[in-house]
Amino acid sequence: MKRYSTFAIAREALRHHTGWERAWRKATPKKKYDVVIVGAGGHGLATAYYLGKNHGIRNVAILEKGWLGGGNTGRNTTIIRSNYLQDPSAAIYEKARSLYETMSQDLNYNVMFSPRGLLMLAQTHHEVRGYERTAHANALQGVDTQFIGPQKVKELCPIIRLDGPRYPVLGALYQARGGTARHDAVAWGYARACSDMGMDIIQQCEVTGVRSDGGKVRGVSTTLGEIDCDKLGIVVAGHSGVLAEMAGFRLPIESVALQALVSEPIKPAMDVVIMANTVHGYMSQSDKGEMVIGGGTDGYNNYTQRGSFQHIEETVRSLIETFPMLSRLKMLRQWGGIVDVTGDRSPILSKTPLGNCFINCGWGTGGFKAIPGSGWATAEMIAQGEPGPLAAAFGLERFREGRFIDESVAAGVAH
Amino acid sequence: MSTRLATGGRLTDRSKQVKFQFNGQHMRGVAGDTLASALLANGQLMMGRSFKYHRPRGPVASGAEEPNALVNLGKGARFEPNQRATTTELFDGLTASSQNHWPSLQFDIGGINTHLSRVLPAGFYYKMFIHPRPLWKHVYEPFIRRSAGLGAAPDAETVDGDTYEHFYAFTDVLVLGGGVAGLQAALTAASSGAQVLLLEQNAHWGGRTPVDGGEIDGKPAAVWISDTVQALEAMENVTLRLRTMGAGVYDHGYVLGYERLTDHAPETPGPRHRLWRIRAQQIVTATGAIERPLSFAGNDVPGVLLASAVRDYVVNYGVSIGDRTVVVTNNDDAYRTAICLHEHGLTVPAIIDARQNGGGALMAQAEALGIKVLKGRAIAKVKGSRKVTGVAICAQAGEGGVLDVIPCDAVAMSGGWSPVVHLWSHCGGKLTWDDTNVFFRPDLAKAPTSHDGAPFVIPAGAANGHMHLGATLTDATTAGSSAASAAGHQPRSTVLPKAVAEAEAAIMAVWLMPQGATVALRSKAWLDFQNDVKVSDIQLAAQEGYESVEHAKRYTTLGMATDQGKLSNINGLATLSAALGEAIPAVGTTTFRPPYTPISMGSIAGQARGEIFQPVRQTPLHSWHEAHDVNWEPVGQWRRPYSFVRAGETVEQSVHREVTATRDSLGLLDASTLGKIIVKGPDAGKFLDMLYTNMMSTLPVGKCRYGLMCTENGFLMDDGVVARMSDDTWLCHTTTGGAERIHAHMEEWLQTEWWDYKVWCANVTEHYAQIAVVGPNARKLLEKLGGMDVSRETLPFMQWVEGTLGGFPVRIFRISFSGELSYEIAVPASQGLALWSRLHADGAEWNATPYGTEALHIMRAEKGFIMIGDETDGTVIPQDLGLSLAISKKKADYLGKRAHARSHMTDPARWQLVGLETVDGSVLQDGALAVAAGKNLNQQRHTQGRVTSTYHSPTLNKGIAMGLVLNGPDRMGEVLDFTKLDGTTVKATIVSPVFFDPEGEKQNV
Amino acid sequence: MLILTCPYCGVKAEETELHGGGEAHLTRFGPESSDEAFEGYLFQRENPKGVHFERWRHAQGCGKWFHAARCTVTLEVFGTYSAQTSEPPQNIRDAISAKRPGWTWRSFA
Repeated sequence: MKRYSTFAIAREALRHHTGWERAWRKATPKKKYDVVIVGAGGHGLATAYYLGKNHGIRNVAILEKGWLGGGNTGRNTTIIRSNYLQDPSAAIYEKARSLYETMSQDLNYNVMFSPRGLLMLAQTHHEVRGYERTAHANALQGVDTQFIGPQKVKELCPIIRLDGPRYPVLGALYQARGGTARHDAVAWGYARACSDMGMDIIQQCEVTGVRSDGGKVRGVSTTLGEIDCDKLGIVVAGHSGVLAEMAGFRLPIESVALQALVSEPIKPAMDVVIMANTVHGYMSQSDKGEMVIGGGTDGYNNYTQRGSFQHIEETVRSLIETFPMLSRLKMLRQWGGIVDVTGDRSPILSKTPLGNCFINCGWGTGGFKAIPGSGWATAEMIAQGEPGPLAAAFGLERFREGRFIDESVAAGVAH
Repeated sequence: MSTRLATGGRLTDRSKQVKFQFNGQHMRGVAGDTLASALLANGQLMMGRSFKYHRPRGPVASGAEEPNALVNLGKGARFEPNQRATTTELFDGLTASSQNHWPSLQFDIGGINTHLSRVLPAGFYYKMFIHPRPLWKHVYEPFIRRSAGLGAAPDAETVDGDTYEHFYAFTDVLVLGGGVAGLQAALTAASSGAQVLLLEQNAHWGGRTPVDGGEIDGKPAAVWISDTVQALEAMENVTLRLRTMGAGVYDHGYVLGYERLTDHAPETPGPRHRLWRIRAQQIVTATGAIERPLSFAGNDVPGVLLASAVRDYVVNYGVSIGDRTVVVTNNDDAYRTAICLHEHGLTVPAIIDARQNGGGALMAQAEALGIKVLKGRAIAKVKGSRKVTGVAICAQAGEGGVLDVIPCDAVAMSGGWSPVVHLWSHCGGKLTWDDTNVFFRPDLAKAPTSHDGAPFVIPAGAANGHMHLGATLTDATTAGSSAASAAGHQPRSTVLPKAVAEAEAAIMAVWLMPQGATVALRSKAWLDFQNDVKVSDIQLAAQEGYESVEHAKRYTTLGMATDQGKLSNINGLATLSAALGEAIPAVGTTTFRPPYTPISMGSIAGQARGEIFQPVRQTPLHSWHEAHDVNWEPVGQWRRPYSFVRAGETVEQSVHREVTATRDSLGLLDASTLGKIIVKGPDAGKFLDMLYTNMMSTLPVGKCRYGLMCTENGFLMDDGVVARMSDDTWLCHTTTGGAERIHAHMEEWLQTEWWDYKVWCANVTEHYAQIAVVGPNARKLLEKLGGMDVSRETLPFMQWVEGTLGGFPVRIFRISFSGELSYEIAVPASQGLALWSRLHADGAEWNATPYGTEALHIMRAEKGFIMIGDETDGTVIPQDLGLSLAISKKKADYLGKRAHARSHMTDPARWQLVGLETVDGSVLQDGALAVAAGKNLNQQRHTQGRVTSTYHSPTLNKGIAMGLVLNGPDRMGEVLDFTKLDGTTVKATIVSPVFFDPEGEKQNV
Repeated sequence: MLILTCPYCGVKAEETELHGGGEAHLTRFGPESSDEAFEGYLFQRENPKGVHFERWRHAQGCGKWFHAARCTVTLEVFGTYSAQTSEPPQNIRDAISAKRPGWTWRSFA
């Protein structure tokens, strides 16, 4: 693999960039692999990458029915944070966040990780208490956050209005090393690194069946033929239920549409990432200048990758109350992604009822920020056959045992 | 130089001068101008800078597809960035400035990027700035961010000076687009009697037909258009709207319309934009077509425009782009521009036609006018940088060897036309590649489908790939007729207008000019003018394996600018497919997303802003609180008094005063927000036994019982006092936030699981004001009002009684959330304020003190009463809170019972409720954690408990807290370390959660 | 933006008036049921790409719960019906069969 650098760019410029090689090889499936990963999104590619990098397993194929990074990896609002309340969540998201810090160097691909700081606004007394609680937890979890007052919020985010008539800003949980990254680049960077390790990324290859023998996985049937494998990892957000059915088990998951939109680009106005949970909106300004805004999920099963307008309307209306200048901007584009929501809204990294078949799914609306940590933990689980410390709490059995990982602890306002 | 012609301008009125400013310069236009046409008339061709290389940019189009001519418009509360000059109607006093340059449009430091473009190819940032790591965050990224972005950010402290509104409409047939196809489709559909709504994004009917010419029914097209509009206006079942764009098509026939009411006349009163939310049975998309640029070197130089735009400016506004315009084309339509320019006395030095044999009838016309046609030729390169000075001509089939140079000051280019398929595609309509006409058009076999599975969008005219006037009208007639039929109406008249327009020779696909252009030329051939994506960038993407159209788009940013690729998508796709050696349809298309062109966020928010953003729920006593120094707390949609702050008091002092006054003598609380749900019927007891963890069916009439409700998953969801009103009626109190939720919960189980139960529920929360009279002197106050026996004997603790108190019809509940002698009095809402005022006045002798939520919280914490939302958070079960007494062992079933039997919930090692007292008397921090020794495998510190409620108790004059601690009740007296946010810890002792009056002597009097 | 006809009040209700309630026709498992059965009841979901039976409440209307048969890929609605039934009525099944021959959903077909 030719390394990327400013020097390489200058060298290539002299010959009009005719010398750049493919970022990842075009591959045709072999008969058998040690590990087959279904799904070449961020999580699948990261899983493959750490299988190779951490565990020396490089006879790996990553199968993708569409184009790599084309699912939720390429259609989210790119927020990265780890200020979670519960220990298992904080552990895996902080692992992911710390891997994002050095990802550009690790992959030799600039994923534009931008730790510009993230604010979760407290707009009710209940939220103030909730975020103070999170700050206490984060301190013991090794996650660097602090609860800050309204004036500090205004300093960090000058376009905010603190004294909105309905939801004044009472403070915020601030994670200085939270931020954003370029979502496509994360998938492309991992893909390039996987390909460089000799792994086969096979696009336009849909899995149509999972073959097993004696309770153990043997391989998959695909639109490009039969592929054998010793171990199988299913990492297909939005289609997990379909793959699980092929493998003979069911999941505590429902797939719903999540809405997002961007404004037209403007000159830099907001450096931080804002999350306003009371009004179900979150916002950052991309390096291009667009305000990237995420909203809520539709309340029904949906595989259309498009959604309703009502959530866009609610989100925009709410954000304008706290950021009045948005009113004079225009919505450039709205889109939807299909997210897998589990029974406790936390992800599943688990062994499955089928031997040597592992699943990583259910990231809901929080998948992008977890990609490297999720890949790290899933690779460890596949390589060792058992979940390691990062994945241990996220097993499927928790739904039977009643041992949930519930981040939505604000059970409702009550007095 | 661009200028105003001596005559012409179909849409303008030269007798009316309009003054405006651009970049501080005073200019004049005429009524009917767009900002773009007025700027051109003033010789201002350059209107902005491109995104990446900051190259000079003039308009390339004349309508909604314009990528370049974007301006900052207006000032102060009416400032708006990124307005398209081509669709901005000129008005007196308009002020605009150009974007994305520093210090000025003419001299832009960022313009250096164009000289660096060689080292800034597609995706350069993925390959650069990797080392050293800190430089990205501190140097590179800030630089990239500052040089990116387009328009200026609106001022943060300025509130939008305009208003917006929403509008709902229902129609049988919705026609989007008011060109000849839309008009004809609407007329046909309307003849059936169907309700028809016709929307046109521009200020004029007829689309581009009046510019292109032709005859319909023996009349000039423009006459037919005005006749048809008149006919439609006369029909009662037709509604027409100009300046209203079909912005998005959503599932089940939902359409967003975006009406710009005052953008063209800002002084007009009323809302600026109106967002139409339309439900249509059938939608006709008569959205026309957009011309494509040609990809040749220098096609981005100001003065190179779409051929149709050059024609539009001349015909519509009487404005010429240049004196000598070279036309370059691969199809016949561009000849209309040459002929038009010639007719207006302008020079066309040559028409460069890439086709070996040139065109058809239109070419003959042009040649007859003496215009030179160069066949099989191409533009090798446009000369000039800030403006066009000439074009170098080469063979289309070659590599760009220059045959001739033609001096000129404008270029009119046409790469063919693409149907506008956006609205067809928004909701899932698929496209098919038309190889003959070289465009994607709607695949009628794969239309978007509605709730019934049937298609609900019908494309018409040019939007359906019918570019010839006659075919357009025929298709529109069919579309209007089909739409009416599908909506259940039979069209009466399907009279087909007879159209006359020139026949056109076949187009030739030209995706690169010349065909074998060298890399140097390809690096100057623009695909996306705003985002600076060139042919060479797409080719680089393909070379590097970004082969999917989505990869290539995202790698190069093609089509992601504010025009969303209206001009660039097809050219980019074709370039990619050529690079991959695959057919265009095999490479696919990208997804079209709403809105068609950007719509204001203000219009999305609509009227619901400021005070009416969300409704505020007020108790019947709200006005009294307002008048008495209330310090409000939002609680859900309610406003509740947090405390009443007297002059000279801090909030904390007011709270402590309220607690002390209540404990010492008498306090009054507005408890009206507490949920009140009547549950009635023969099976009401059985139902409540399933709903609550404890037994409610055995509660005697006249008595109250505290109840807990769990979800089926076992977690506590609400609590409250239940009173039995009669043999078959119970009144369930819920938490403030819980009334609607719990009522819905009851209905859900009744309707979907136990539908055989004979039970009815009614949420009567707002029917009553509820006032808590609390404190040692509470009984005296009630006795003073008189009329009811509220003695200990007649009305003991946990009973209720109905009667007339001081003339008010009331129910009095002898319940307490403070540990004091306490009566909660419910009175019809309309009499709440009167009763409260009376209690307050008559209680003066006992210093009756209104108190708020914080005093309420402190008093309940002093007594160790749990609060839903504090002690519970959706992960807590009743067993954790020492509430096992409220869990019936006798009942075979209730919601949550099975869940509580799961292994994690029966685990003895759970965190359980205790009281906590710091050793030093200080107040524990909210959410503080009790640390334990060591760390887990993820290097997180072990914990063994957490604080759930914490206050300074004015009664006990020390910090008190409640918390959940591992096996807490078995560890009384143990001292734990609790975290503080400054990183230190504080020691606290595990104690009973009942800090005050543990024997309950104060409330049982 | 879905439209579902409320079978109780007959109103063609739009999504903003409705509250989705997830998969329909779940059998409740209470005390004494196995861990597997209880987990299945509370959490395991069909989540199909295609025909789906689901619960809705006409929350901003008559307040009644009802059932809908809907395709999660095309959003086509095959019909709405009473919530007071433990399996889809025959006319709804017929309507689906007419549009999606060979469909199955759990034990229903």
